[in-house]
Amino acid sequence: MTEPNYASEPLLSVQDMEKHFPVTKGLLKRQVGAVKAVDGISFDVFKGETLGLVGESGCGKSTTGRLVTRLLEPTAGKVVFEGQDITHMSQGRLRPLRRDMQMIFQDPYSSLNPRHTVGAIVGAPFRIQGVQTENGIKKAVQDILSLVGLNPEHYNRYPHEFSGGQRQRIGIARTLALKPKLIIADEPVSALDVSIQAQVVNLLEDLQNELDLTYVVIAHDLSVVRHISDRVAVMYLGKIVEIADRKRLYSSPMHPYTNALLSAVPVPDPKARKGRERIRLAGDVPSPLNPPPACRFHTRCWKAQEICKTVEPPLGEVASGHRVACHFPENAVETPAATAAAEQS
Amino acid sequence: MTAPLDVPGSAAEAQPESVLAGAGKDIQGRSLTRIAWMRLRRDKVALGGGVVVVLLILVAIFSGPIISVFGHDPLEFHQEAIDQSTLLPQGSFGNMGSEYLLGVEPVNGRDIFSRIVAGAWISLLIGFLATLVSVVIGTVLGVVAGYFGGWVDQVIGRIMDVFLAFPLLVFAIALAGVVPDKGFGLEGNGLRIAMLIFIIGFFSWPSIGRIVRGQTLSLREREFVDAARSLGARHGYILFREVLPNLLAPILVYATLLIPTNILFEASLSFLGVGINPPTPTWGGMLSEAVRFYTLPHFVLFPGLAIFITVLAFNLFGDGLRDAFDPRAH
Repeated sequence: MTEPNYASEPLLSVQDMEKHFPVTKGLLKRQVGAVKAVDGISFDVFKGETLGLVGESGCGKSTTGRLVTRLLEPTAGKVVFEGQDITHMSQGRLRPLRRDMQMIFQDPYSSLNPRHTVGAIVGAPFRIQGVQTENGIKKAVQDILSLVGLNPEHYNRYPHEFSGGQRQRIGIARTLALKPKLIIADEPVSALDVSIQAQVVNLLEDLQNELDLTYVVIAHDLSVVRHISDRVAVMYLGKIVEIADRKRLYSSPMHPYTNALLSAVPVPDPKARKGRERIRLAGDVPSPLNPPPACRFHTRCWKAQEICKTVEPPLGEVASGHRVACHFPENAVETPAATAAAEQS
Repeated sequence: MTAPLDVPGSAAEAQPESVLAGAGKDIQGRSLTRIAWMRLRRDKVALGGGVVVVLLILVAIFSGPIISVFGHDPLEFHQEAIDQSTLLPQGSFGNMGSEYLLGVEPVNGRDIFSRIVAGAWISLLIGFLATLVSVVIGTVLGVVAGYFGGWVDQVIGRIMDVFLAFPLLVFAIALAGVVPDKGFGLEGNGLRIAMLIFIIGFFSWPSIGRIVRGQTLSLREREFVDAARSLGARHGYILFREVLPNLLAPILVYATLLIPTNILFEASLSFLGVGINPPTPTWGGMLSEAVRFYTLPHFVLFPGLAIFITVLAFNLFGDGLRDAFDPRAH
């Protein structure tokens, strides 16, 4: 197993990235507002690690994945991949870099072209990138197919002849074709049956060990993220509220939102369930068109105080490698804001 | 070792599929087109329409030999078959018989069978080529509008609206009056046929353009397009390799349904006397001549039947094609 190397330069570095989708009105397309899908997030991904990105629907995690792979153009901020700033790089100059950064898509039914054979789909990266293979594209494609556990003789079959899990393997085979360094997996298993999810997650882990891959796994399922990630970032309304290594985040979550999320994970054992307190959040997620000021979670937070409505908490490092954007983090010894608030009262 | 991926002994060697597969047998997938074809073969009505369409095409192609074997020159007058006192065909049923299979025209006694066979050639030629013109224009503009969106879509959409609002029949009648006898290296009816193909094709593309645009809009949002983009594919690759293959089925279906419309339009123009010039036989032209002789049912019946059967066969076949390609439509 390759251990992530946190001392070196990060493979991918995202700095204050923003994506605002303009909302226009009228004939003249006057901009009347913006959906702040991603509103200033920063994180690093190191070689060999898996970063999990969790959050509920609409929090901007998929947008983040699309911004990093430049399927969308960031409004502000910076994306640095292997030391190169790719934030506003032209698609032409980006093309060779795309070999090293690939994406796994959510829906295995829509991510494969129904008119193409498996061979054409998995071979497309070679053709698009103009990569020469030693024994021809067909041989290379069949090697990848057996790598992801598919029968290489199914080269001439069409996607509709496969099950959901098999189709996702075809999608994974396509992303692996050019041997990328970084793979952004956007909800790689959420469209699959639970029994198949484990297969695909294990496949992703095995491939990581074998091919020395780095993953950014976007998911809303905390159990999947826990299984696969080395570090986990929690997003809420376009911002990262907490980022820590997996063990710390799951054993001692600091942000109230993370706590609430974790308490919502179903526990299969009824005995273990008894002692657990379920945090129920009141209300809905506010609209990203007009997010709450300062701390975005204060409208639903049971610990919120005056300061939460006026001062935005920075994503500060509370313990080694554990960053949290909260004035009153839980499971923490001392924080400046909590001390200040205590002094005031 | 230039192969981008060469990992011996893969990690995920779960291979249930290889157990299922026959050893050493070359596995061939069934494409969506093949599945549609299998479905079409079970649809007897559509198949019947298809057979008639094929027969019509064969008749049109081999109209020359068919006429020389079974009939007379379609332009030849046969005064001997006409009752000179009334100018109507001799005998009952318009002089139908072994000599003249479908009888003769009144006054000049031209062989109706030959004229209908010769008219099939012109009808189908104009029907197919005009459809080809509108499919090409409609597909290109529809795909571009749907894929690029934004102002490109706006501009093309407005152009489509203008074309759809155009009083085509009036325009065609006006244009027919000013067509010269010579031009573009063509003469007489050759030029008129080319002009009809152009007019009909050029003005019926917006309907197919709208269908293609709508389909492209939904295809553009599919993840396989994103997948191609994330691999660094250019617009041309995405349009021709990813989007267009998914449009072939609706285009084929719509073209099959557009052909009879265009045939009808040509017949209408010829009926109004602004299509192909007489004496060249066309179904519409024959109908228009027959109107004056409403006492002779066979004269109206046969060109009318020819149009009716052709249009019906194409429509049945087109409907069957649509069902075969998209069985969920019902």
